[in-house]
Amino acid sequence: MSAQKSVLFDAPGPKAKRNMAIGNAIGALAVLGVVAWVISGLAAQGQLTAAKWSPFLDPGTWQFYLIPGLLGTFQAAGVAILSSMLFGIIFGLGRLSHNGPVRWFCGLIVEFFRAVPVLLMMIFFFMLLATSGIFDPGEAPFYGVVIALTLYNGSVIAELVRSGVYGLPKGQREAASAIGMTRSQSLRNVELPQALVAMLPSIISQFVVILKDSALGYIITYPELLVNARRLGSGEGNILPALLVTAAIFIVVNFALSWIAQRSSVFLSHRAGRKVKGAEMTEIEPAAEPK
Amino acid sequence: MDGLTEYFDAYLSLFEEFDVLGAFWVNIQLAFWAAIGSLILGTVLALMRISPVASLRWAGAAYVNIFRNTPLTIIIAFGVLGLYAQLNLILADDFDLNFFRIAVLGLSVYHAAFVCESIRSGVNTVPLGQAEAARAIGLSFLPAARLVIMPQAFRGAIAPLGNTMIALTKNTTVAAAGSVAETAGLMLAMIEFRSDVILMIFLTFAVGYVILVIPIGLLTTYLSKKLAVAR
Amino acid sequence: MRNTRKAFAAMAAAAALTLTACGGGGGGDEAGGGGGGGEGSSESIRIGIKFDQPGLGLKEGNEFTGFDVDVAKYVANELGYSEDQIEWVSTPSATRETQLSNGQVDMIFATYSITDERKQQVAFAGPYFVAGQDLLVPVESDVQGPEDLDGLNLCSVTGSTSAQTVKDEFAEDVNLLEQPGYAECVSAMQGGNIDAVTTDDIILAGLAADPAYEGDFKVVGNTFSEERYGVGLPQDNDICEDVNAAITKMIEDGSWQKFLDSNLEGINFEPNAEKNPPEPDACA
Repeated sequence: MSAQKSVLFDAPGPKAKRNMAIGNAIGALAVLGVVAWVISGLAAQGQLTAAKWSPFLDPGTWQFYLIPGLLGTFQAAGVAILSSMLFGIIFGLGRLSHNGPVRWFCGLIVEFFRAVPVLLMMIFFFMLLATSGIFDPGEAPFYGVVIALTLYNGSVIAELVRSGVYGLPKGQREAASAIGMTRSQSLRNVELPQALVAMLPSIISQFVVILKDSALGYIITYPELLVNARRLGSGEGNILPALLVTAAIFIVVNFALSWIAQRSSVFLSHRAGRKVKGAEMTEIEPAAEPK
Repeated sequence: MDGLTEYFDAYLSLFEEFDVLGAFWVNIQLAFWAAIGSLILGTVLALMRISPVASLRWAGAAYVNIFRNTPLTIIIAFGVLGLYAQLNLILADDFDLNFFRIAVLGLSVYHAAFVCESIRSGVNTVPLGQAEAARAIGLSFLPAARLVIMPQAFRGAIAPLGNTMIALTKNTTVAAAGSVAETAGLMLAMIEFRSDVILMIFLTFAVGYVILVIPIGLLTTYLSKKLAVAR
Repeated sequence: MRNTRKAFAAMAAAAALTLTACGGGGGGDEAGGGGGGGEGSSESIRIGIKFDQPGLGLKEGNEFTGFDVDVAKYVANELGYSEDQIEWVSTPSATRETQLSNGQVDMIFATYSITDERKQQVAFAGPYFVAGQDLLVPVESDVQGPEDLDGLNLCSVTGSTSAQTVKDEFAEDVNLLEQPGYAECVSAMQGGNIDAVTTDDIILAGLAADPAYEGDFKVVGNTFSEERYGVGLPQDNDICEDVNAAITKMIEDGSWQKFLDSNLEGINFEPNAEKNPPEPDACA
């Protein structure tokens, strides 16, 4: 990327350098202008007063609202990450099966759940569980979030697994069958492990999606970070600052995860000594899909 | 048999009470305008990220990292509680239309980050020689980008752009958080009204989205094959 | 190959660790609601309240405050439970009936209106307060009632019917904004683009009494519905009479007025005097 970037334009001469300095200044001014508009607007409305922001310096705010909220987010996201990995591996292998009906069924499930909005699934499973009485209704929001995230992201991971296996050199499968492995042995023991490693960066990016989408859980009252921030804001009368702080926490956590995805892709492409297909893609596009 | 007829009668009677097609039409409009908005903004961001001006590159990267990592719900909520309620940003005289446009703005701003990254991945597919050749015939950055790099980059970026557009279509449901009457809110209201036919209600909306999303997927595959740059 | 396996195993182990750590951390304390505990043990009582309504039921740090909370503490005390035997559970509107009938909570004090429809699934003691739908407006506003809202902007909570009532029965041309909670509505009204917020008068009073908004808003005081707040109980309970007796005692010994005053301090709010304090209904 960097090599290509510099090739798009010549090394700047004195005139170009001057133009760039002007461009830099204009760009910086434009950004500062927008920031200033937002800040002065919020200040004029009394949104930047100490009363609205000082609660975030109070340890109690973190102890009773934000940390429990973040743990709630991690708990739902953590379970959803494990279960969607499981779902993805099972259905991804199912789509590679030699058995027609199995392949067809897994394809149908994966395509269906990839097309349905996560929010609709959350509302459906929440309402279903809350009224059915199978679970403790207090647990319904948690399961609603986890099931919806699993079905959607599991389907995306299934596709990643499938494309990871497709992306492997043909020789791997041929070598496996040459030493007498059956098709499914070869898939399980040779192709799947390599496919997972090759797609690891994309899979980690999908974890960012899971983490971010868990915030939709606030619509079905799952006590994650956003719900707790809203509770804090309801009591302190600082809903807007609470939203902004929540956004900042999400950005930091997701940025860390994306960074891991990027590192792992660099590490993997060095280690493998060849270009890993999936890794190359995601190096510049860490989140394969917005949702 | 009777039980089944009754079940479907109860289900069908819902359509007299609730305007399901109307709600889908709102989501389609949201998706349409937000697609235009995010494609324009995303292209500008992609240009910024490959431009020779350092501050533009930096601003583009900051934008992408901030908006890609923020939950869309928070962006939409900020649109209503921050931009509208505190900063007096009013995008239409009509009250409901105003929130529709704020939702379009929120969706555009969020997905522009993904459009930008898709285009950048498309730029990656353009061989170095193309850029070198453009420079060799004396094109400076903007003409080179406009005439040589971008047309090829868009063609290489069709698959990830298609995925972004599919995600955008589904994400229009989050506009429910911004006081826009659309499918997610309607589905919730219908389930609360008739929880005994909850499964059919969900399947109705789910199939609706499958029908919306599949053509985008097919179009993406068709275009990415048809427009693939032969190298 | 070996390395691949190892990397994968390490990944799985790390994920499992994270998971157990989170599970043990008790992130979803109120979602779990104590989980396994046996139903209705004499050791403690589980009371459902709202967690996000200032003045009525609010989680403040580790404490719970509000009128509903004070009433619940008083009633629980009369039933023989001290304050530290109470386990507070969040009961959002959508799941109140199910939480009661599944035995996840023993009683609910959560702005829970007694209606015939709900009586089919749960039982009620009380009422302990009679609220009515009203409007919260900026102090300088001259809105006198729902009829004045034509052409103005009204905020209410997503899925609540109260805003629709105003539009259908009083002011056809009112603009409706739906938000996930009343706190969002009030925050938007503070910004100046929203003219009124509607729901039950006591909820509005609780919002207006919040120190963050002191003196900014007033409750119009012209109620246009009747909401009788009861104590939600499971259908097959044997404590309804005791709860009613506790409510009567609370009203007679002045605690009821005291709870109302202390929670809605700093705002000029008078509950509908004709209907308050109410007399509990006979138990079914």
